[in-house]
This record gives sequence, C-alpha cells and structure tokens, in this order.
Amino acid sequence: MSYLTARKAGLMLCSGCHLLVQPPSAPGMDSLCPRCGEHLHWRKTNSLARTWALVLASIVFYVPANLLPITHIVSLGHRQSDTIMSGVIYFLQTGMWPIALVIFVASVFVPFMKLVILIFLLISVQRGSSWRPRDRTRLYRLTELVGRWSMVDVYVVTILVALVKMGGLATIDAGPGAVYFGMVVVLTMFAAASFDPRLIWDVMESNDG
Amino acid sequence: MSHLVACHDCDALFEVPSLREGTLARCPRCGSLLLQRKHNSLERTLALTLAGLILFIVANCFPFLGMQTAGMVRETTLVTGIHELYNQELWGLATLVLLTCVIFPLTEMSCLLYLLVPLRFGRVPLHFAKVLRFIHHIRPWSMMEIFMLGILVALVKLAKMATIIPGTSLYAFAVLIIVLAAASTTLDVHLLWSQLDHIGDEQ
Repeated sequence: MSYLTARKAGLMLCSGCHLLVQPPSAPGMDSLCPRCGEHLHWRKTNSLARTWALVLASIVFYVPANLLPITHIVSLGHRQSDTIMSGVIYFLQTGMWPIALVIFVASVFVPFMKLVILIFLLISVQRGSSWRPRDRTRLYRLTELVGRWSMVDVYVVTILVALVKMGGLATIDAGPGAVYFGMVVVLTMFAAASFDPRLIWDVMESNDG
Repeated sequence: MSHLVACHDCDALFEVPSLREGTLARCPRCGSLLLQRKHNSLERTLALTLAGLILFIVANCFPFLGMQTAGMVRETTLVTGIHELYNQELWGLATLVLLTCVIFPLTEMSCLLYLLVPLRFGRVPLHFAKVLRFIHHIRPWSMMEIFMLGILVALVKLAKMATIIPGTSLYAFAVLIIVLAAASTTLDVHLLWSQLDHIGDEQ
C-alpha cells in the first residue's frame, strides 16, 4: 500500500509544533512556521552529514571513556583507580549482579549499541535500502528513547565525589574518563536528534514510482 | 491545514482522526504515535507540575544522603555535589550536571506553569508559542529520573564503606520523579497548540 506523504502534497511539517504549512513558492527562501516561529525544512538539515560527524566524534571519545579511570579512590594512603568496566567487575565479584547489570547496560551496552544502530541506519539510508523500514524506524525511536539513561554513571561519580571526603580517611576524585564519558552521552544524543527517520521512508516512495 | 496531520517519523499524511478521550492513533505505515487524547490533560498536568515544583524545592534544600564514618557525618545536597566537581576543576562535568539536574527541570516546570495557569482561566499568555517550543526543545535534557537511579547506585556502592543515612530530600526526590513522569504522560502538546489556535481566534 502506498501512502500520500506531506512532501508529495506540498506540505511541510513544523518540527516545533507539528503544524502542516504550505511553504512559500520562492525556493531557497528561509521560511518560518506561522504558529510557533520555528525554521521550516522538508527534512532535517544536512541530516546524514551531521549525524555521521557526531557519530564519528562519539567513537573517538568512546575509547578514552572506557579506558581511562572514571574515579580515583584514595583510602588510607592506598590509591585505586576505577574504569567503568572495573566497576562492573567489582560489583559482579561482590555478588551484586543487579547493580552490575544496570551499570553495564547503561554505560557500556547502550552507548555501544546506539553507535552501531546509528551507523547501520546511516549506511542503509545511503545505500537506498528498502529493507524492513518499519523495524528500522522502531530501532531509531528506541535509540532516541534510551540514550539519556547512559548519564547515570556521570551522576554516580558526582554523588560519590560530593559524599566521600572524610577528613583524609578516604576521598574519591573524578577521573578523566568521566569527562569523556559525559561527552559520549551528549554527542550520541545530538547524533540521534540530527538523524531524520523520514529518510528511511523517502526511498520507499521513489521505489513505488 | 489543521484538519491534516503528518507522521513525524515517516511523513505520511492523514486526516485528523476524531478520537475519544483516553484513546490514541498510531501511524499505520510506521507505527509511530500520531495523536493521543488524554483525560483532563490540562488540569492534571497543572496539578502535577505544581506539586513537582514544590518537591523540587524541597529536594534541593535538604541533603539526600549522609555518610557516617568514625563518628563523623557528612551530608550532601545536589548543589554541593556540583560545587565539589567545580572545585576539582571538572567544569564541563559540573556544568552538565547543573544543567540536566537543576536548570533544565526547573525551567521546564516554570515554563509549563507559565502556560498552563493562564490557559486554565481561558487566557493565552504572552509569547505562548515561543515558550511551548522552548519546552519541546529542552525536555529530553531534563534528567531527574536518571539522577535518582544514580543515587541508588551510589548508595549500594558506598554501603560497604560506611553507614549511609538517607536524607529528607531522598524521599522528596523519589516522589518528585513519579510526579514528573505522571506530568509528562498527562501533558498533551497537541491540545495546547490547538488551544492556542482556538482561543487566539476568539480574542
């Protein structure tokens, strides 16, 4: 079954308030939504290039985020540095596997899967793939929805740093890994936001004829 | 063009379906949510946001965790945590936490109240469209519920090192995230935009 799209009908969907607007006839003119004032576009501007740039930047930061320590614990002169993975392993060894699972999923699995899915979507759109567009749209919505939860480790570090300053007995400092990790979360959120799922469907339309 | 609606995920165009309160319409092509009508959206969101704002103030005025070691008690509020990151010269991280856990949630709630209170009395406040669009943009960046999960993880992590004393604002935080989640499910953005068209035409 083929559907009439807003673009075929000559209507632009406002990304700010979801109003359908008939764009002014002069091409290349910058048009604003009459209801909310948002800039109007047929599709998100430079969606593929922007998403690629942000995805690649995230991959660059993803490496130090996982290799460098996110916390330094100094306790009675003994210094211990923890990376994200060593934190997960610590919880596993002490038998607290629910917490280990939460941290592993939020901090390792989700950012990694998010990058894999975005790259897969980018390549499939660029190759004009018509493979299961409904499922690919669902994958996109999923990445957009769960990406924020990766911030949890950044907050854990904040709380630990604030709490553990016990007059020389023990202190916890934030390590450089935490900074890179925060960057990864923010960049992948921007990457997901700059991808336009309608591009997946535009291919289907041209296939329909 | 208010009798038409387009799917924001696949651009398919439809006539606005007539929905009863409490029902929703999905795009038959890609399965995304097209429209949803909620029960008493305006009143419920207003009440929940008001409650959220009060809880937010409580949650930030009292410590959420205390830690006892060797007779010493150390307590922390959200702001002291951010301040500590700032002292360690982690300005980016401090800013990130400040924005996502304090400034964005507070701005979102204040802006919503700014829109909903006058609407409740049938008026459209100044700059309605700008404010509503602004809320739409900052919403994904307000992350109180994720911070709550962070508190729980930190709690377990520290439980072995020292005695943990749950503070007043831990309870406020717990209720706050439930209230915020409820407020975001009762909020009907489409209704707000159509109210703007509706009341704006009358005035």
